[in-house]
Amino acid sequence: MSADYSNRELIIATVADLLDGVRHVAVGASSPMPAAGAMLLRARNELAKKQRVRISILGSEEHNFFTNGGVELFDCTAQGRVDAFFLGGGQIDGEANINLVGAGPYPQSDVRWPGCFGSAFMYYLVPRVILFREEHSSRVFVPKVDYISAPGVSDGIVRPGGPHAMLTGMCLFSFDKERKRFALKSVHRGFTARDVRENTGFDYDAPDIVPETKAPDAATLELLRGRITEELSESYPSFADMLRAERKAAA
Amino acid sequence: MGEIVSLEELAAEVTPGCKLAVPADYCGVAMAATAAIIANRPKDLHVVCVPVTGMQGDMLIGEGLVGVLETSAVTLGEAGGAPRFQDGVRKGAFKLMDATCPAVHSGLIAAQKGVPFLPIRGIIGSDLLKTRTDWKIIDNPFQKGDPIIVVPAIQPDVAIFHAPEADRFGNVRIGRRRELVTMAQAAKATIVTVERISETSLLASEDSAAGVLPALYVTKIAVAPRGAWPLGLWGEYAVDSAEVARYAAMAKTPEGFAAYMDGFSRRFREAA
Repeated sequence: MSADYSNRELIIATVADLLDGVRHVAVGASSPMPAAGAMLLRARNELAKKQRVRISILGSEEHNFFTNGGVELFDCTAQGRVDAFFLGGGQIDGEANINLVGAGPYPQSDVRWPGCFGSAFMYYLVPRVILFREEHSSRVFVPKVDYISAPGVSDGIVRPGGPHAMLTGMCLFSFDKERKRFALKSVHRGFTARDVRENTGFDYDAPDIVPETKAPDAATLELLRGRITEELSESYPSFADMLRAERKAAA
Repeated sequence: MGEIVSLEELAAEVTPGCKLAVPADYCGVAMAATAAIIANRPKDLHVVCVPVTGMQGDMLIGEGLVGVLETSAVTLGEAGGAPRFQDGVRKGAFKLMDATCPAVHSGLIAAQKGVPFLPIRGIIGSDLLKTRTDWKIIDNPFQKGDPIIVVPAIQPDVAIFHAPEADRFGNVRIGRRRELVTMAQAAKATIVTVERISETSLLASEDSAAGVLPALYVTKIAVAPRGAWPLGLWGEYAVDSAEVARYAAMAKTPEGFAAYMDGFSRRFREAA
């Protein structure tokens, strides 16, 4: 019997599970849930006296040990010193190609997103890239992206990194690099395998019986609601406030 | 070298058609100087964002001063998408050179070293290569079967940023924002606005000297208190989120943008 939890708490706990074993994880400045998952893993490892987890929050002054400017993240990554990173996209397709540029014809995109950022580098070099997109819709998960900011797989080049898993607000997928295909691993409480199928624009593998995403246990929830929320307040104050408000409303 | 001038004199360095390097929001953006530049209306700027931009780039686009935009992203951060950028993209108002962050750094580092190009991992298989025909794939000359991208050196005509402090000898404190050193060494000219000028040399002690851009690489300096506003300045003040959100809302239409810019330039004229 596990305690009650919100979908956001489930996502954060799942991120921590996906990161298990990493030494250094980098997180974007506007990615509170991946950051929360990384902080949860760090706290968990500390309590279990397991290996220390370093977290670099890009753009943060407190959670950033780089001294060589913006280029250091990329140098550090190319040296193999970043084990995990998160990428998203306005569109993601069934071969794990990601589009951070825009929808419609390029360059005069009908809907223009910010741009590739470091994706056309990080996706190739970070061994464990977790694709994260909370919105699970056929608008995001398309048969083929309109623009490939970075491809899911590459042949014939040096590429130690790539997609490890994809986590959405509805489910968790694994990715098979050989077959260039996602497989549905689990659905979050409140959703069904059919919901996922209906809201995903690309084809993927799925077992006959799709399990429910592992619920966070009481110890995880306690950490999340205490220490992790506090830690989040420094870099993501509005997100931390939202988590507190969500809990208050549920109580 | 490192001559201390008025904001207007500094802004005059940015002339029509020039290749202008600007830093990301976390590095110190010369917003007061941007107002002064806009007043001069230098057209056809080739803006190189190191490696991304926000409000500054959006304003230059909205004012119709950008001919080429070379960037890895344009965003107003928490306030959302950059409205004048998005509108300009739809209308094809400028030539777009989409990039990826480390490629911009690599191009500047090549110029910093005085070499024509630098190799970089990744990128192969990205649609970036369809339009970035200036990026080439070569065979690693030391290892068979290892195709790799090379990006050409980026030499800006002018690099501009805002920093906490310069000394009266023209040295500028840049802390750990080392990309500012790369930008300045890569560029033909570097102009810097600062919160204040100190009397003692920043190179006088080992502790301060490590985080300094020496006057050798600095062309002109102007004092602009709170010169990064509404953006923040590292170690000094935080971003004025309410003001950035106000800009994001107003700049959704050309009229709203014009109204915002009217107030923005007036504020800096009055402060000067």
